[in-house]
Amino acid sequence: MSREERLGAIIARHARREGPMLPILHDVQAEFGCVDDAAERAIASALNLSRAEVHGVVSFYHDFRGKADPRPEVQICRAEACKARGVDALIAQTQEAAGSRVRLADVYCLGLCSVGPNARIGDTLHARLDAAALKHLIEAA
Amino acid sequence: MNTLVRISDDALARACGADALAAAFAQAGAMVERVSSWGMHWLEPLVEIEGQGFGPATVADVPAILQGSSVKAIGRIADHPFIAGQQRLTFARAGRTRPLSLEDYAATGGWLGLERARAIGPARVIADVIASGLRGRGGAGFPAGIKWQTVANAPGTRKYVVCNADEGDSGTFADRMLMEGDPFAIIEGMAIAAHAVGAQHGYIYVRSEYPDAIRKLEAAIALAAPVIAPFVMEVRAGAGAYVCGEETALLNSLEGKRGEVRAKPPLPALEGLFGCPTAINNVLTLTAVPHILAEGGAEEYARLGIDRSRGTKPIQLAGNIRHGGLYETAFGITLRELVYDIGGGTASGRPVKAVQVGGPLGAYIPPDQFDLPFDYEAYAAADALIGHGGIVVFDDTADMAGMARFALQFCAAESCGKCTPCRVGAVRGVELIDRIRSEATNGGRMRDAVEALPQMHNAPRDGRSRADQIALLTDLCDTMKYGSLCALGGFTPYPVMSALRHWPDDFGHAVEQPETADGL
Ligand SMILES: Cc1cc2nc3c(=O)[nH]c(=O)nc-3n(C[C@H](O)[C@H](O)[C@H](O)COP(=O)(O)O)c2cc1C
Ligand code: SF4
Ligand code: FES
Repeated sequence: MSREERLGAIIARHARREGPMLPILHDVQAEFGCVDDAAERAIASALNLSRAEVHGVVSFYHDFRGKADPRPEVQICRAEACKARGVDALIAQTQEAAGSRVRLADVYCLGLCSVGPNARIGDTLHARLDAAALKHLIEAA
Repeated sequence: MNTLVRISDDALARACGADALAAAFAQAGAMVERVSSWGMHWLEPLVEIEGQGFGPATVADVPAILQGSSVKAIGRIADHPFIAGQQRLTFARAGRTRPLSLEDYAATGGWLGLERARAIGPARVIADVIASGLRGRGGAGFPAGIKWQTVANAPGTRKYVVCNADEGDSGTFADRMLMEGDPFAIIEGMAIAAHAVGAQHGYIYVRSEYPDAIRKLEAAIALAAPVIAPFVMEVRAGAGAYVCGEETALLNSLEGKRGEVRAKPPLPALEGLFGCPTAINNVLTLTAVPHILAEGGAEEYARLGIDRSRGTKPIQLAGNIRHGGLYETAFGITLRELVYDIGGGTASGRPVKAVQVGGPLGAYIPPDQFDLPFDYEAYAAADALIGHGGIVVFDDTADMAGMARFALQFCAAESCGKCTPCRVGAVRGVELIDRIRSEATNGGRMRDAVEALPQMHNAPRDGRSRADQIALLTDLCDTMKYGSLCALGGFTPYPVMSALRHWPDDFGHAVEQPETADGL
């Protein structure tokens, strides 16, 4: 299938739902790694919205990005409970281990606040991290 | 017979290694059953064999545990003081059932509330919920029955029930634990709400940071569909925006728009999702309902708690605490009991410095105020909030000015942008705290080029001292508190001002120098 056809199939899959925008955007990003200009245009025309309206939604949410980035992503929780358990002290070494190969991202709470510091890679969560464990995670990502 | 080993499949247990542990037990010939979490998180992954607990267990502990000789033994789980001390209604099934087993659910009283609701009809359902005294658990504490009555009485044939499962607050995980551990209870609560208000459609809006919860709920809804019909419901995933926990922003997000807060009125109860009357409630609110609707539940619920805070509150013990986890108890318990007796003090072993209650918008409370009872009104009177019941403990190494700065930075990052006090105020607040803490100017600020123009008669003549900056920060917080459209901008002053009030030294007061007018 061409890119346009795959895009069309995703939109068609959700088109009959009430408020299909977020489900479409999630699936588009899962499929293509981003919601780019072409996707915004296709979604706009399918949902009878202006391109600006779609872009406004895409840019509002932290989850969506406009350009694909093939690097593995490690999300580290930087919210209060993980701060109380010392996450900030791990960040410098973490950045060093990640270099430019791994994309580090901040996330605000993964719901594991009693066993932090915590991180997420894809849909897998990791708890009770110390500097060594986090470094290991990043190197294996 | 093979030994039956029960291990949680909750995301927290899994993040602590429960999957590998379960595989190791299966490898060793045991029969493994994946259940919900008991909520004793410092012991996860917790292994249960014939009621006896072992934790936190690792793969290396497997042989010893199977022989019954492990040093990880904690005795009978149900008798553990952490469990025995609780009053569990919402979390009655925690640790005891397989989350996706309809059989386990029905065997533990599941669907009784829905059956009775259908038998007595919408008006009496609402009367029961009002009589129970149940108030919204998502933060604002609004009486659930009154909200439902408004939706029920609203004109219109198409109505919705929406479950707010955005749970963005740091230090909270009760919603997540219910979605993963007892999803049918949420579904039953929503079906009862739908019956009460006359809704045919329901949505549960879950934050995208909870992938396990999303999968569990989807599976549970498919299984429960015949039981709750004609009511139909589906899961919607958020997209990483804290403000979408605010109910009107959540509705906009569900509709596929930017998650901007709507001005109220109109109330969502009258004009909510797609402009239709909508009952929107937190996960904990809805999950309390099946128990209340079951025979005699409303009176039992109303008997628990103090003053106008009735029933139980699932409290989440998090941060730097030895015994972190989920603790459900009647309102009225104090922070002192929670932090020291139940939580065992800090995990680091150092003295407690502060506790933030109620998520990123909640106040920081110093130990000398730990006798405050858990009660909506008592907290409001102390310029604090209960919020979703998250308790985050900090030891004496915490930098409270840094935490105040973080609160403002979080507000700036998550602001929906609709109103100026929040959108601009939060950014200015971060700058102010940076200046207050700045060693270079000793917490003050020189006149800038514009202020130095001779035309600027009202500009500060000598730049601003640290005291001036703090006055400005206080003023800014007042503006945010009274001028913001929603609680994101309106409550961010709580963590900021409480940090400033109780730990002024962290903001550099201790190094305050006499003001000097030189340098200009
Ligand atoms: C910034 C902000 C974030 C919120 N986040 C949540 C949330 O994550 N979960 C929730 O149930 N309520 C949250 N609320 C409260 C909701 O707006 C609303 O009061 C609640 O969903 C009503 O349900 P309840 O009456 O059952 O508590 C938030 C409010 C604000 C202002
Ligand atoms: S206070 Fe902040 S989040 Fe709330 S409506 Fe105003 S700008 Fe939006
Ligand atoms: S604060 Fe880090 S997981 Fe909740």
